[in-house]
Amino acid sequence: MNAGADIATTTVTMVDALNLALRDSMTEDENVVVFGEDVGVLGGVFRVTSGLTETFGKDRCFDMPIAEAGIMGVAIGMTALGLRPVVEMQFDAFGYPAMEQMFSHLAKLRNRTEGRWPVPIVVRVPYGGGIGAVEHHSDSSEAYFAQTPGLKVYTPATVGDAYTLLREAIAQDDPVIFFEPKRLYWEKAELPVPEAAEAVPGRAVIRREGEDATLITYGPSLSVCLAAAKAAAAEGYDVGVIDLRSVVPFDEGTAADALARTGRGIVVHESAGYCGVGAEITARLTELCFDILEAPIQRVTGRDIPYPPPHLEHHHLPSVSRILDALADIL
Amino acid sequence: MNDRTETTLDGYWTPPTALTLVALRNGLRAMIIGRRLDRQASNLAKQGYLTVYPSSLGQEACQVAAAQALGPDDWLFPTYRDSVAMFTHRIDPVKVLTMLRGDWHCGFDPKAHRCAPHSTPLATHCAHAVGLAMASVKKGEKRVAMALCGDGATSEGDFHEALNIAAVFKAPVVFFVQHNGYAISTPSRRQFRAKSLADKAIGYGIRGEKVDGNDFVATISVLRDAVEHARNGFGPVLVEARTYRVSPHTNADDPDRYRNRSEAEPWLEHDPIARLTEYLTAQGRLARDTLRDIEDAAEELAADLRRRVMIPPEADPARLFAHVYADPPPHLQEQRIAVLSEEYVA
Repeated sequence: MNAGADIATTTVTMVDALNLALRDSMTEDENVVVFGEDVGVLGGVFRVTSGLTETFGKDRCFDMPIAEAGIMGVAIGMTALGLRPVVEMQFDAFGYPAMEQMFSHLAKLRNRTEGRWPVPIVVRVPYGGGIGAVEHHSDSSEAYFAQTPGLKVYTPATVGDAYTLLREAIAQDDPVIFFEPKRLYWEKAELPVPEAAEAVPGRAVIRREGEDATLITYGPSLSVCLAAAKAAAAEGYDVGVIDLRSVVPFDEGTAADALARTGRGIVVHESAGYCGVGAEITARLTELCFDILEAPIQRVTGRDIPYPPPHLEHHHLPSVSRILDALADIL
Repeated sequence: MNDRTETTLDGYWTPPTALTLVALRNGLRAMIIGRRLDRQASNLAKQGYLTVYPSSLGQEACQVAAAQALGPDDWLFPTYRDSVAMFTHRIDPVKVLTMLRGDWHCGFDPKAHRCAPHSTPLATHCAHAVGLAMASVKKGEKRVAMALCGDGATSEGDFHEALNIAAVFKAPVVFFVQHNGYAISTPSRRQFRAKSLADKAIGYGIRGEKVDGNDFVATISVLRDAVEHARNGFGPVLVEARTYRVSPHTNADDPDRYRNRSEAEPWLEHDPIARLTEYLTAQGRLARDTLRDIEDAAEELAADLRRRVMIPPEADPARLFAHVYADPPPHLQEQRIAVLSEEYVA
């Protein structure tokens, strides 16, 4: 692991950036505790928590029995005495046993107690496919959480955002489901991890300016969208890309401003399209921008099927060619 | 009965339990007041002043002992049937009943009262108790968390996960199961095959105790021991109190569909209040005047409860949005403004 001082000048992976965010948060606030399955000595199956037990001790970063609902429930109980737990669900689909705790308590305890019992918990979830993994290691479940009032849903698409968004998630008092695109874990960035958090959750960022159409995306689909925009440019189309960075809150202003210029938009994400995040974004932007839209907002998403086996997943995931096809329909 | 199921424990706390006369009188007083308030709440539910009320009639020894076994820094994690424990834990009865009044989900400050809101989902709060206990240890405090649940909740996965995690971390938690025979209509023989729920402690490597939950003296003795065992670092304790749910599940339930009325008779003969009253009277430790004073106080509190519950709660729609988030997303702010400006037509 790179030390904080070096990181400004070295290439880091998203895993390194997340690890540093945890370190910096734990150093800053002794109430921050990290736990989950295999996060201690091993450092997590993706090594995001590598070395934290060594640095901060077994009472700050520790392994739990394999009991996701119990892990989530324990985290909630800890907040009564002021701790700020960051828990890891080992894989997207392994987090499902904890959903009752998240939906019935994590999301609702602040409201239930009229602000007297806040639950500042971050649930880190490695998510998404494209890594040739088995059925239960590839899900994108952000829509379930986005549908649950009381939760925030963040997802970084770049190494820099991985650091700043996680720091921000840990520092705030609302519970955050933090989706880490596992196919980007080993992405490297020359980009130094910013010292001060520049990402403001709720504020989308324009990753590429464009005058002809706007791609609206987040997390693992950002790189696909950027590649599609590049391919479209080769064909003479100027396509912009917006990275939402957080699904809840949804920064509709940035997206609507871009649509006001292009009149054409496509929402892109890996999770299922039916009743998905893209459906909400499309509906809201249509309400806001109906008069200026040149074409119906399109969606390029994962198919409405259970996650496919690795040899078939390219048919499921949004791809450059599917995005170009959708652009061809509206341009 | 007090079957200790000692297993591969690292240690065993055997404190010098000496119940004072004052403790027994306090127990009796809280049971009489608790039962009276419980009856008042049932009546208020039937009259429409509470949306529903799950009574703990017949379980007063468990309810009162749970609250009175705790020390001044300890936390209670109750279920929907544990209102009497919460009254005994010195929370204003109106605030305890806030959820059941339909006023708000929780009417009191959990941190100020060291009491979690009633848990409606079964057993999920057991893990919260473990988390609080683990946080207490991390902070170098000596708090104990007591999680209450019924026999039905022991079938839930969260119950198992909570006990297992508490055992692994030696968390200072007492899991107090009021085995009252029914989960709504399902009898406990359809919940588990174990001879005793306390036996389940063996599987977790923790201390398990079984006690007659209609015997206040036995129940508070066992619970006090359990609390001090947990507090002194010997790990969690599972306590099973055998009792009986004399009342329906709630005022909306019809127990005639699933059990014979005669079934309650032996339990009524072992009524916890009658037993303690009889014991203290036989010992010459309870004057008739004292009993009358307690009953008068109970009447007064019940009347006060009725008076205050009958005042219609203020229904302020701004509350709907005030605490969903510390920092609400923009779409909630829009909806808040919309709700505040709309005129409600039923």
